[in-house]
Amino acid sequence: MGALPFIIFTAIFGVIGIVLPIVAPKGPNRGIVQCVLILTGATCWLFWLCCYMAQMNPLIGPKLHQNTILIMAREWGNQLPVNPEPHH
Amino acid sequence: MIEAPLEDPSNGDNVYKSVFIIFFQGDQLKTRVKKICEGFRATLYPCPEAPADRREMAMGVMTRIEDLNTVLGQTQDHRHRVLVAAAKNLKNWFVKVRKIKAIYHTLNLFNLDVTQKCLIAECWVPVLDLESIQMALRRGTERSGGSSVPPILNRMETYEDPPTYNRTNKFTKAFQALIDAYGVASYREMNPAPYTIITFPFLFAVMFGDLGHGTIMALFGLWMILKEKPLSAKKSDNEIWNIFFGGRYIIFLMGVFSMYTGLIYNDIFSKSLNIFGSGWTINYNESTIMTNKALQLDPRDAFHRTYPLGMDPVWQVAPLNKIIFMNGFKMKLSIILGVIHMIFGVVVGLFNHRYFKNTLNIYAEFIPQMIFLIFLFFYMTLLMFIKWMRYSASNPDPKSSHCAPSILITFINMVLFKESTVLTESCETPYMYSGQAGIQRLLVLSAFVCVPWMLFAKPIIIMQERKKRQHQPILPYSGEGQDAENGQPQSIQPAVTESHGGHDNEDMSEIFIHQGIHTIEYVLGSVSHTASYLRLWALSLAHAQLAEVLWNMVLQNGLKTGGAIGGVALWAIFAFWAILTVGILVLMEGLSAFLHTLRLHWVEFQSKFYAGQGYAFQPFAFEAILEGSGSSTEE
Repeated sequence: MGALPFIIFTAIFGVIGIVLPIVAPKGPNRGIVQCVLILTGATCWLFWLCCYMAQMNPLIGPKLHQNTILIMAREWGNQLPVNPEPHH
Repeated sequence: MIEAPLEDPSNGDNVYKSVFIIFFQGDQLKTRVKKICEGFRATLYPCPEAPADRREMAMGVMTRIEDLNTVLGQTQDHRHRVLVAAAKNLKNWFVKVRKIKAIYHTLNLFNLDVTQKCLIAECWVPVLDLESIQMALRRGTERSGGSSVPPILNRMETYEDPPTYNRTNKFTKAFQALIDAYGVASYREMNPAPYTIITFPFLFAVMFGDLGHGTIMALFGLWMILKEKPLSAKKSDNEIWNIFFGGRYIIFLMGVFSMYTGLIYNDIFSKSLNIFGSGWTINYNESTIMTNKALQLDPRDAFHRTYPLGMDPVWQVAPLNKIIFMNGFKMKLSIILGVIHMIFGVVVGLFNHRYFKNTLNIYAEFIPQMIFLIFLFFYMTLLMFIKWMRYSASNPDPKSSHCAPSILITFINMVLFKESTVLTESCETPYMYSGQAGIQRLLVLSAFVCVPWMLFAKPIIIMQERKKRQHQPILPYSGEGQDAENGQPQSIQPAVTESHGGHDNEDMSEIFIHQGIHTIEYVLGSVSHTASYLRLWALSLAHAQLAEVLWNMVLQNGLKTGGAIGGVALWAIFAFWAILTVGILVLMEGLSAFLHTLRLHWVEFQSKFYAGQGYAFQPFAFEAILEGSGSSTEE
């Protein structure tokens, strides 16, 4: 669990939700633009955060079919620790 | 009988005529025959005796027929030309007539002055527009030839309820229409529409979340927006198209947010993207793999890093327990979003109370409402976050996965003051943090105290205020303030509006009953509405499953067939799959999620603060009148 994704995405949505509203263009629509940006930043950040935190400390792992395991081992670069000959 | 039918001049019908030649002898028979013919309303023509005369007569008749036909033809041509020339101006004339009629109809609503020399109109005017209205009046005076008396605009005091006017542009108009469909905002209360611009597409997207379907929706919305001008010039009668076109910005935003949530759910047409590489690895040895039809990965060995953006792609290929994991995530997500949405609603109510200077409401309603909601339901969301952070399969007991307490059970035990039980000995404690039992008891008791607070505080204070007022001398009638909401609770004014500040006409018992209803609604509502937000989970699950079924049962058959036949099969099956995707998943599921989102906004969110008892401001506008009459009198 690294802090890097947390920092990056909080920064991205922080720019959208905090920095951009401050520099929003002056005009009749300034209020609406600020409202939209803040809400977008807040909701999207919260959504990303929930998804990230739900997977940070998994309580269960995925249950995979035999075929899937073999393909996963081959395609996603995982090595089988003993007998590293993958079946084709 | 004459074969060709002749035209009856009186009603234009074609009638068949028969000709009879009657031979008779003598005058008496002649009169009798004549009478009979008159009885039958037959036309009598004299028939000359000599054949030459008859021929002459026939020729004369033929000439006359030809002449008359020519005249008829000319007349018809002329009539046609006149009508065509008039038809060009017909639309303009209709417009002019409607405008004139509307103007005179509105003029009829004016009052005639005492001196019978001028007309007085009382109307509602947005305060910000007073300047432009003065200028318009001046322009009107100039254009009408500069009459001697210019029109005067005066601001008046009134106790009536003003209409509600929300300025919208083409973007915000659709969202305002969504809110107004439930009820127009009461005068000067907080308008939920600006927040709806984002929360509506966002909650829709949580239920719809699919990158592929979201893209389709966003592109459709984008096309309608880019082709706005030509499409709106083509005035269409099709109700459904008009609804879609009117909501083009909503559709576009819904599509864009669905693309984002689809990215986070990692679901594009029921498949996952693998942008960053899965965080799960295989570390079973070959013999284990070959002897088991299915294996579950243990997070202690197989999990090395969290997928940074969204759901790990491994879950999509783990159909055996993907739903269990997704359910846990989505249900918690729904409750978190729901509680935050509702707290936001109560806070908007606070702004209402502050604007209408209703300090009583702040202390008697807002604070206990917030305490109740936060101490119970926001605490539940905090428990969710704590559980996500503290418990892991890779932790030893007591923080391992099988010691993780169920949040629902914890919450139920908390409210019922029941002791939670330990799952196994090694888990040591059923609680997530030290002191949880004590803190929970405190929270529940505080929340329970809020109920009589909400029920009795306001009516009792109102009762005390009335007693105080009865002992004071009656204040001079201060008829200030064109809005009755600004009336201070102390002054005696006929309070016509719904503001709680001036409950002077109501019986004490009515106030108690009102408050009771309000409290019950809020307390029961907070439980039921929180659960109601679980529809965010339910619909997204249904959507994902439908997409998966469509892929596995339809498109996969085309993809799995090999050879040249497979190519043709795939082409046909893809068409079928595409039609079902757009028809069922985008249109039907889209409509369903739209309705559920609308319900969440109207009921769960707005019941926390919205009164919605106003009426809309309908200014006199030619476009509205012409549009309205144009659609009703379609030829």
